[in-house]
Amino acid sequence: MATRLKEVDAVMVGMGWTGAIMARELTKAGLTVVGLERGQDRTPGEDFTLPSVRDEMKYSQRLELMMDNSVDTITFRNEPAELALPIRRIGAFLPGEGVGGSGIHWGALHWRNLPTDFRIKSVIKEKYGANAIPDGITIEDWPVSYDELEPHYDRFDKLCGVSGQAGNVKGKIDPAGNVFEGPRANEYPNKPIKSALPSEMLAEACRSLGFHPFPAPVAIASESYTNVEGIALGACEYCGYCNRMACEANAKASANTTLMPLLRPEPKFELRTRAYVTRLNYDKQARKVTGVTYTDLRTGEEYEQPAGMVVLASFVFGNVQQLLLAGIGEPYDRTTGKGTVGKNYAYQFEAGAAAFFENKTWNPFIGNAGSSVVFDDFNGETFDHSGLGFFGGGYIAGGPAAAPPIAGRAVPHGTPEWGSEWKRATVKWYHHFMRFNTQGSVYSHRDNFMDLDPTYKDAFGRPLVRLTYNGTDNDHKMSRFLLTKLEAVIKAMNPTHYDMHPRPKNFTVVPYQSTHNTGGTVMGTDPKNSVVNRYGQAWDASNLFITGASVFPQQHGYNPTGTVGAVTYWTAKAISEQYLKNPGPLVHA
Amino acid sequence: MADDTIPRRQFLKRAGAAGTAVAAVMTPAVMPAAEAQPAPAAGAARAAAAATAAIANEPAPLLALTPTEHAFVVAAVDTLIPADELSPSGSACGVDIFIDRQMASAWAGGAKMYRSGPFHKGKPEQGYQLALTPREYFATGVIATNEYSRKTFGKDFDRLAEADRVATLKAMESGKAEFKNFSSRGFFNQLHTLAVQGFFGDPIYGGNKNAVSWKMLGFPGLPATYAHVVDEYKDKKYVVPPQSIADFS
Repeated sequence: MATRLKEVDAVMVGMGWTGAIMARELTKAGLTVVGLERGQDRTPGEDFTLPSVRDEMKYSQRLELMMDNSVDTITFRNEPAELALPIRRIGAFLPGEGVGGSGIHWGALHWRNLPTDFRIKSVIKEKYGANAIPDGITIEDWPVSYDELEPHYDRFDKLCGVSGQAGNVKGKIDPAGNVFEGPRANEYPNKPIKSALPSEMLAEACRSLGFHPFPAPVAIASESYTNVEGIALGACEYCGYCNRMACEANAKASANTTLMPLLRPEPKFELRTRAYVTRLNYDKQARKVTGVTYTDLRTGEEYEQPAGMVVLASFVFGNVQQLLLAGIGEPYDRTTGKGTVGKNYAYQFEAGAAAFFENKTWNPFIGNAGSSVVFDDFNGETFDHSGLGFFGGGYIAGGPAAAPPIAGRAVPHGTPEWGSEWKRATVKWYHHFMRFNTQGSVYSHRDNFMDLDPTYKDAFGRPLVRLTYNGTDNDHKMSRFLLTKLEAVIKAMNPTHYDMHPRPKNFTVVPYQSTHNTGGTVMGTDPKNSVVNRYGQAWDASNLFITGASVFPQQHGYNPTGTVGAVTYWTAKAISEQYLKNPGPLVHA
Repeated sequence: MADDTIPRRQFLKRAGAAGTAVAAVMTPAVMPAAEAQPAPAAGAARAAAAATAAIANEPAPLLALTPTEHAFVVAAVDTLIPADELSPSGSACGVDIFIDRQMASAWAGGAKMYRSGPFHKGKPEQGYQLALTPREYFATGVIATNEYSRKTFGKDFDRLAEADRVATLKAMESGKAEFKNFSSRGFFNQLHTLAVQGFFGDPIYGGNKNAVSWKMLGFPGLPATYAHVVDEYKDKKYVVPPQSIADFS
């Protein structure tokens, strides 16, 4: 029997980026907030310190900061007719665990979607005809526009101390930045990360082909920076121990560095770690949630935490699982196309290349994701899709590996993987290779979705989320197109050797590809096609708000965290300025 | 965040020597170990060096591997990472000890791994689907490789001539080696990944002894604070004697 605790104004399920942003904004609005986090606490002073933070084996290989699959995982199949089996150890994507969530180990590429991405369905119909969208593709317009989100993008930029080069400030185009981006109210908070030689070589090749290169924007401060909350962030050390790891310099932004220092001393906020939320408590008659039930992993005791409002702020799969188990919203049924919970799952369609230059030298262990150069000439609707046979696109990037040597090495394809020949090639090319990536969109499809697995259960006996996903013809065509553009640029760089890395036909759960999962609780204009309204408020429970990439109707050709942060601030503003004055549905269906 | 600054400052102070060693490009310490000749030394220094060598050559106690498994691992890592002009052999670099320590780790015991049934073979796209932990998988792989080796060459893998060891590993890598009820390719991948991790990982894990692979590559290890050199070394190698986590602990 769960012990019933004293009611609070709001409960956060998960204390990653979005739980921390919401907790901060709601305590500022005067609410009492409890943050429930299934994993451990992590503080920069204890957990992000030298020398142990520089441990590639522990963090990059053994995945210290990632979720515990012995407690929770998902099952997976490519096609609806197949038997789904559990992902026994995460591989293709790496959701984090603990305070800060995946926002500790991220690579910190920090993007905004294009203005046209937010009305992509309408734009495609307007440009290519009412019947242009291929059968099976279930993309939707976002119910919120770029212009509405811009102040919130700006706010998140200033929280993180994002480094980059603006290409469009209030409509004034600067060719040093991304000329395709939507207008931003302000320059980036910090100047771009210092460039690396291979990135400069890429930029030159891009310009020679008429493309528009610019430095990759990252939530890594290029210099010491005091953020919008008054927190001092450190300057990047270019250490290369970045992706999958925590930042000892406090330069790579995380909730731990930018928000938790304010929340910890806040009397209206209480953090409870090792608190595993097993149930969202739902009053179907009242169409409201009453709070959550969680297990304190330290004691095994079960608690009911009543709350005036619940913010579902866990990873995509956790958000979907909670709704399906609580019976909130109608589960998506692929055969009828009805229902919304679990619908419009999307991944990120990445493919890449490596190139080798025997007469150029640089240091592959120095830098971060912002050392890369990007061109955005083939993303979303930045280019004409007439006659191409697909929609969507992505940015194309290249730069140094910026990683320590277990992972940060490369040899040309065809070289043996072991023995003296391998060693010689490894040494020969170590200071002379670079990597490229295409960050492709995934346009939602009726056959790609999440529901509950009929067989496999988590450590609490709850059914696992079952993911059915495979790359669509549309997305494969898109990816091959991006690779032809990338290959043209690589050829223009005149490398000694290069290898293209196209995607395999089927999606596989190993090896690592991208942690960018989206959808399942998408936002929209109508309960028939969405789970939450334009403010992230559940259609079926007016005091339940859902944050994170699970509200994306589809995946665009950018890393999602920038948009995740912006949408969370947008939701927080709607709660503070509208909902608290008059609790109830903010949009009437 | 005052609580964060103190450990960092202490660290950087201790790391100061490395920070100012930028000019010491290509000191003997960064030469490939196989080429480094012991310089004529005074008596005391020679005695100290001899003592160090004696410690280094003493067989390390094993935490997990059986004698048969250890013999297999030494033969395997010496074939994957042979002694040549670039580095000593895998076992001389401690990669066998790395694998032993990994086999004793929580990872090998199946930590953070979903282990509930039912178990089905599945498609390759669905990833690893066996009930075995990495430790159990490794033990099974050693037994299966030795069975294959006896059937093909008449003796255990570690007793094979080098050419036959190479042939065996190549057959496993391509999946052509037929193991009884076991994937030779799957086991090769586990073995290969461990060998690469042990060779290139931080020496604190037992492999990459004396940071030998980092010297081979020209990777500086720690402290990895490059903001002050990123422009100067944009188009040339930044080489300093590599330092491990242990050098700062």
